[in-house]
Formats: sequence, C-alpha cells, structure tokens
Amino acid sequence: MTTNVLVGAAGEPVRPIRPKAVTWASGRATRRALVSYAVVLLVWQLGATSRTWLGHPLPILGNLPAPSAVLEAFRRLLGDPGYWQSGYASFLRVVTGFGAAVLVGVPLGLLMALNPRLRRVVFPVFELLRPIPPLAWVPAAIIFWPTQELSIDFVIFIGAFYTMVLNVLGGADSVDVRLIQTARSMGAARWNVFSRVVLPAVIPSIVVGSQVAIGITWEVVVAAEMISGGGSGGGTASGGGLGFFIWSSYVGGSYPQIVVGMISIGMAGYLSSAALRWTGGRLTRWAGAPS
Amino acid sequence: MTAPATPAIEVRAVGKTYAVGRRRREVVLDCSFDVADGSFTVLIGPSGAGKSTLVRLIAGFEKPTEGEIRVGGRPITGPGPDRQVVFQETALFPWMTTAENVAYGPKARRAYTVDARQLAARLIERVGLDQFRSKYPSQLSGGMQRRAELARAMVNHPRVMILDEPFRGLDAMTKKLMLEYYAELSRESKRTNLFVTTDVDEAIFLADRLLVMTHIPTRVREAIDVDLPYPRRLAAFASDDRANELKRRVLSILHEEAARGFGAGNGAADFVAAYRSRMAEEST
Repeated sequence: MTTNVLVGAAGEPVRPIRPKAVTWASGRATRRALVSYAVVLLVWQLGATSRTWLGHPLPILGNLPAPSAVLEAFRRLLGDPGYWQSGYASFLRVVTGFGAAVLVGVPLGLLMALNPRLRRVVFPVFELLRPIPPLAWVPAAIIFWPTQELSIDFVIFIGAFYTMVLNVLGGADSVDVRLIQTARSMGAARWNVFSRVVLPAVIPSIVVGSQVAIGITWEVVVAAEMISGGGSGGGTASGGGLGFFIWSSYVGGSYPQIVVGMISIGMAGYLSSAALRWTGGRLTRWAGAPS
Repeated sequence: MTAPATPAIEVRAVGKTYAVGRRRREVVLDCSFDVADGSFTVLIGPSGAGKSTLVRLIAGFEKPTEGEIRVGGRPITGPGPDRQVVFQETALFPWMTTAENVAYGPKARRAYTVDARQLAARLIERVGLDQFRSKYPSQLSGGMQRRAELARAMVNHPRVMILDEPFRGLDAMTKKLMLEYYAELSRESKRTNLFVTTDVDEAIFLADRLLVMTHIPTRVREAIDVDLPYPRRLAAFASDDRANELKRRVLSILHEEAARGFGAGNGAADFVAAYRSRMAEEST
C-alpha cells in the first residue's frame, strides 16, 4: 500500500494508517532517562561521601554506601558463583510460584465466569482469603508443606494467584455478548465458542494480570526468603536466594552488598515484566496491529 | 388449488415482557407479521420501540414470553445458521483476519469444504476486501468492517439476513454508498432480508415491504407495500412524487408513535439494560 489515499471497494475512504513509533521521540525519551539516572547517581555519590549538607547530617543518603562502593561490590560479586546462585534460586521460585498461579488461576477465573453456580460457591471464600497478605501465610505455609522450598513457592503462588483470578474473571465478564451470539448463530458448538471467542477475548486480561502478578512475586520472594531463613539451602549463601543474600549481607555488615541485592531484584523484576510484555504483545497482535 | 409458499419468517402473537424487581415492562405485545420468501422487509419504528428486542427473539438469542416464531414453517428453538444477524456496531472477531472471520461459520460447523472455501473467497472479493483479507478488524475502516460482516453472514447461506440498523454510525457519504451497495448485493442474490431502521429514506430505498411499528410495547401498526421501480437511486428520491408520498405517510405515523413514546417514559433499551444488570447482579 503505497498510495496516499486508500479507497475501499464501495468508494468510502479507508482509515489512514497509523505510522510506526517515531524513533526520534523514543531516542529523546532514552536520553532523558539516562540524564535522570545520572543525576540520581551524582546526588547519591555526593551525599554518601560528604555525609553532611550545609553542616547538617544527611538523613538517608549519609548512611548509604556510595555508588562507587556499590559498583565495586557489584564487580566483585559478578565473579562470585554464590551471588549468581542466589539470583538463580530466587528466579526458580518466582517461576514456580508464578507458573502455578497462572496454571490454577486462569482456569479458575474462567470457570467462575462461565459457571454462575460455581462462582456463588467459590467467590465468597476467595474474597475472604484475598485480603490476607502473602507474608501472613509464611508461618502457616512452613507448617503445611513438607519442605521449606515448597512453603516459599506456595507463598509466592498466593501473591500472584488473586491478581490472576481477578483479571481473568473481569476479562471474561466483559466479553462482548454479541460476539458469543454471532458465533452461536453460526452453529458453533460450546467448545468452539469457548476456544475461538471467549478465550481470545480474555487473553489481553491474562497478559495484563501476569505483568502485575510477576511484580508481586518479586516483592514476595525476597520477604519470604528473609523470614524463612533461606529455604532448602539451609541458610548458606548459595541456596538462600536474593532475599537471604540481602539479609546475610546486613548481618555480616557488608552494606554495599545490600544495595547490590536490592538493585538485582529491581532489574530481575523489570526484565521479567518486559519478557511478559513482549510475549503478551506477540499473543495480542490483533489489538491495534500496525497496518 | 396450490398452497401459498411458506413465508421465511412467521411471527405469531409474540409478546416479550421483562421483569425487574416488581416492575414489569411489556416490550413486544401481540406482534404478528410475515416475512415473505425472497422479500426485502424493513421494520421501521421510533427509537426505543423494542425493535432490537424483536430481532433478538427472531434470532433466537432470547425466548418470547408469548406466541411463536416460525422460520421456514418450523418453530425456532434457538439461534441457527438459517438466520444471520448483523448488529448495529461491529461484531467481527477482533483476533481474526478478514478471511478468518468470513470462514468462521463453516469452520465452526465443520463444514469448511472446498465449496465453502471458494464461496468465502468469492464473497470477500464481492465485498471488495480482497486486498484486506489478512488484515485485522482494527485495521479496517467502518464501512469495510460492515462489508466484512455482511460477507461473514452470507457465507452461511442464511434463509434470512437480519440487519439491525447495520449502517448506523457511518458517516453520511459512506452510509449512502453502503445502502446502494447492499441493495444491489441482495437483489443479485435474491436473499430474504429483514432490515431494522429508524431512518425513513433508508427504509423506502431498500424495502419492497415496509412494516411501521408502534412505540413500546411494539407491534405492527401498518404494513405498506413499496412499489417503487428498480433500480432505485437515493439521489432521485427527492423529486419522486410516489417516494415522497410514501415518506410523508410513514413519517406521520412515526411522529404519532414517537409522541406517544415521549409521554410514556423509558424506551425498550433502557429497560432491557436494567433487566440485564439485575440478572448479572443476581448471578454473582
């Protein structure tokens, strides 16, 4: 399509095609982000090395290790297999808990949306359990599950589960009834209506729910590892995950390592959300697809 | 003596009442009419009269509280491929391309034979979307979406096409083109049409039989045979005495009915919406 004005067969003008993302604007956005990173790092560095501001002690920055110290610790840790194993341990837990939440939450949300009777039975219980914060489950989870690993996985599952179910339920409730009527009027069987109409309509909600849910799982995994003392690794730096890594850095007095642990979690959360966003974009190419 | 041909649709003393709490509302009351095989029947009535409710009953999406609807002589029990509905706003599947949308019906019925595939391709070509067969609905203009929907409905060989204000919301120019286009398409295929509208010009242009509906609760107030010759041209209507006479007659009835509705309060759509949200609350 290279003509300027497209005209449909009946002669009406065709909606103009939206240009792709303007690279100039996104380049400027990147530059601005870099500038703001640089400013934060500079203020942090100055505050952490001088520890005072106009003769007064700086409240937070004054007690932080400087970015240079953090960078130094980071460089050292990059060669330390223990650090990588911590990250890997946390990552595995997130994947397990999140995966379980998707595998259980999506079907449950769909079933509740499609079956009002089941919904009347399950939803009240669901709403009663939902306000309980995932971390309140930690002691009970440790008692319920045979291994500490499973208890941590369970707490992470709890963190992602409600968000998944609510998003799927909301998405399925708002499926356009005319689409279902159209499919039925063409003689589609129930299964076909479900798999070709309801399910694709719910996918955007699943994608959004997953992105929110995976953020929650990174919040939860760290706290769960801290509280439980590191899971099956028995408290060693290798098996404890990033949460335990931060905690043991605190106990051991290596403050730059705490910050490295925190930043690592931030990056892991960012990368996993980005991965889901990308996957979601592939799954919903039909929504606002460029021409 | 030969028996008269079975009408495509027979609506017999149909009533539909919605109840919300203790309030009851009769939206359709004692409504009877036929849609003759091969005819282009237009239902026209004031907005809020209950025409869309009637469409849902004939389509089989809802059941009448009274009376009976027969299609091809047989009472209907639910929706079926013999009746295809094209709604007011687009109801294309957003996750399917034009070609996938059009092929959906035959595929869903496991009847996607070589013939069905060829018919789908021919229809896409006929509605002028050949170049857009692999585009998603969000990439099509409003008029193209309507044409894709017409093709998607026609591929199912419906006995009747039911169109509920299908060109509402299009700009005036596109709407005019679509009307002339659809009139040509349906005369060429000799298909039975039941077309719902609030627009008199549209109604007279398309109809060979015009059913003027009362305000809510709706039924047929007057049936008018539109004996204007074909091919009709929208632009020529302004100077056509016969068309103007018909138009005045229909408008005066509509005026009366609309005035009646003005005093009567809520239209059908408000009430159906209230009914639906009540049902949704009760199901949770």
